[in-house]
Amino acid sequence: MKLEMKDKPGQLIAALKPISDLGGNIMAIIHQRDPSAAPGDTIDVQIMLDLPGSTLEPLVETLTAQGVNVVRIGEERLLIRRSVILIGHIMHTDLTDTVDRIDSSGLAEVAELGMVMPAINEPSSAKITLKSSSQEEIGRAIDLLRRVAREKDLLVIEPLEEYP
Amino acid sequence: MRIAMLGFGSVGRGIAEAVSEKDLGLSITAVADSRSGIIDADGIDIRDVLERKRTTGLCGTPGITAEDVIESGVYDVLVEVTPTNADSAEPALGYITCALTAGRHVVTSNKGPVALRYDALMQLAVSRNVQLRYEATVCGAIPLIQALEIGLAGNTITALNGVFNGTCNYILTRMTDEGLSYSQALLEARELGYAEADPTYDVKGIDAAIKLVILANSIWGLNVSLDDVDITGIDGLTTDALALAEDLDCTIRLIGEIIPEKRILKVSPRVLSKDHSLVVRDTLNAVTVETDMAGEITLIGRGAGSRETASAIIADILFIRDCYVERT
Repeated sequence: MKLEMKDKPGQLIAALKPISDLGGNIMAIIHQRDPSAAPGDTIDVQIMLDLPGSTLEPLVETLTAQGVNVVRIGEERLLIRRSVILIGHIMHTDLTDTVDRIDSSGLAEVAELGMVMPAINEPSSAKITLKSSSQEEIGRAIDLLRRVAREKDLLVIEPLEEYP
Repeated sequence: MRIAMLGFGSVGRGIAEAVSEKDLGLSITAVADSRSGIIDADGIDIRDVLERKRTTGLCGTPGITAEDVIESGVYDVLVEVTPTNADSAEPALGYITCALTAGRHVVTSNKGPVALRYDALMQLAVSRNVQLRYEATVCGAIPLIQALEIGLAGNTITALNGVFNGTCNYILTRMTDEGLSYSQALLEARELGYAEADPTYDVKGIDAAIKLVILANSIWGLNVSLDDVDITGIDGLTTDALALAEDLDCTIRLIGEIIPEKRILKVSPRVLSKDHSLVVRDTLNAVTVETDMAGEITLIGRGAGSRETASAIIADILFIRDCYVERT
C-alpha cells in the first residue's frame, strides 16, 4: 500500500507499529526522500505487507486515525486457505463442474486437489484446498461447496476449526 | 438412604457391585429386571442377587414386576437403568413418571425419556418437590451435567463440541492406526463388545445426536428434538479420507456441536489437528465447553462401561442425598 505522512521524526515508526500490532509481516518498505522537500511537507512511503485475514480494514482505520493518509491499496493476494475432504463419486459427478463453480463464484479459488480412487465403483476420497482473501468469503465458498456436494451426493468433511 | 433399581443389566450390576463393595451408606431395597423382581424394605443382600442373576439370569422372583417395585414405595430414590428406547422412551418414561408423581427422586441412565420429555418430567419433579438427575445419559463417567450446571454456574456457555460416541471413536482410531477399512474396524468393535449387533444408532450419529438434544434442552432450554439435529454418521468414511487428513497433520473424529445462539446442533465427521484436545483414542469421550468467564474447559473420560456408568449414577444418588434428603 502507498501511504502519505508528515515529514517529521517518528512518523514512519508510528505508521509501521499498527501493522505488527495486528500480527502483520512487513516484507518491503520503499521510501525516496525528496531533497527539495521543506519541513512540514508530506512524504510518500510504499509498504508491501502480509496481513492475517480480515485485518486490512482495521489497519486502514488505525492509520487514518493517526493522520497517515492511505493513498492506494495494491492487489490483495489470496492468503487464507482452508482444506476439506470429499468422499463419493467425485470424478463421475463432473469434477470440472465442481471446481468451476467455486472458481467462478468470485469467493475463492481451488488451490489444490488431491484424489485417491481405490477401485471402479468405489467411492473416491479427495482433499480440496480453497484459497481466498477473507474469512468471510472462504466461509461462503465452503457453503457453496456444501450445496454442490449435496446435489452430487458427496460427503464433505470440514475442519472443526480454522487452521492454516 | 434406600434405593430401588429398575434394570439389572450391565449398568444395574455395576451399581449393585459398587454399593455392596463400598461403604456408601446406600441400601438397595428393591430390584426388578425384565422378568423378575425382589422387594425387601429392610434391604436386600446384594451379593445373593448378583449371584442369582449370574446363574439363573433372573434377579428375583418371576412375577414381581417393575410396577410392583415402583408401587412398593420402600425407597427414597428410584434408579432407572433399563435399556434406551429412542422412539417412544417406554417403558422407562412410564416408570419415571410414576415414581416422580409418587414424590420419589429419580436417577436415570436412560436417554429416551430425558431426550423426549425433558420439560414435562422436570415440571413434574418440581411440582412434587423431588429431583430427576440424568448425569449418566451423556458421556458416561464424565461429570458433564454437574460441571455445566454447578461447576460453571453463572457462566454463559457459548459453545460445546465433543466426542460423544465411544464406538465411532474406536472405529476411527483403528482406521487411522492400522489402515483398516470401515467395515473391518466395525467388525473388530463388535467382537470386542464396543458395538451393538445393530450398530446403526452409533455409526449413523444418532446416539451422539440424542446426547446433544439432552444437553440442548437441559442446559440451554432450547426445546429441540432429534429432528432438529443435522446428523452425518461415520458409515460413509473411507480409509483414504483418513490418510488425506493425515497429510495435513490432522485426523477425523465424529464431533457433536452445539452453538446455542445460532441454534446449531450438528453431528458430523470433522477434520481436526492431531494435537487437538478432542482427538482422544479408542472408546474415550471428550467435551470442550466455551464459556464467557472460565474460558475453554475440556473434560475427557470413559463414556460407557458398567462401572463407569455406575460412577455417574452413584454420584447423582449421593448428590440427592446430600442436598435434598438429609436436609429435610
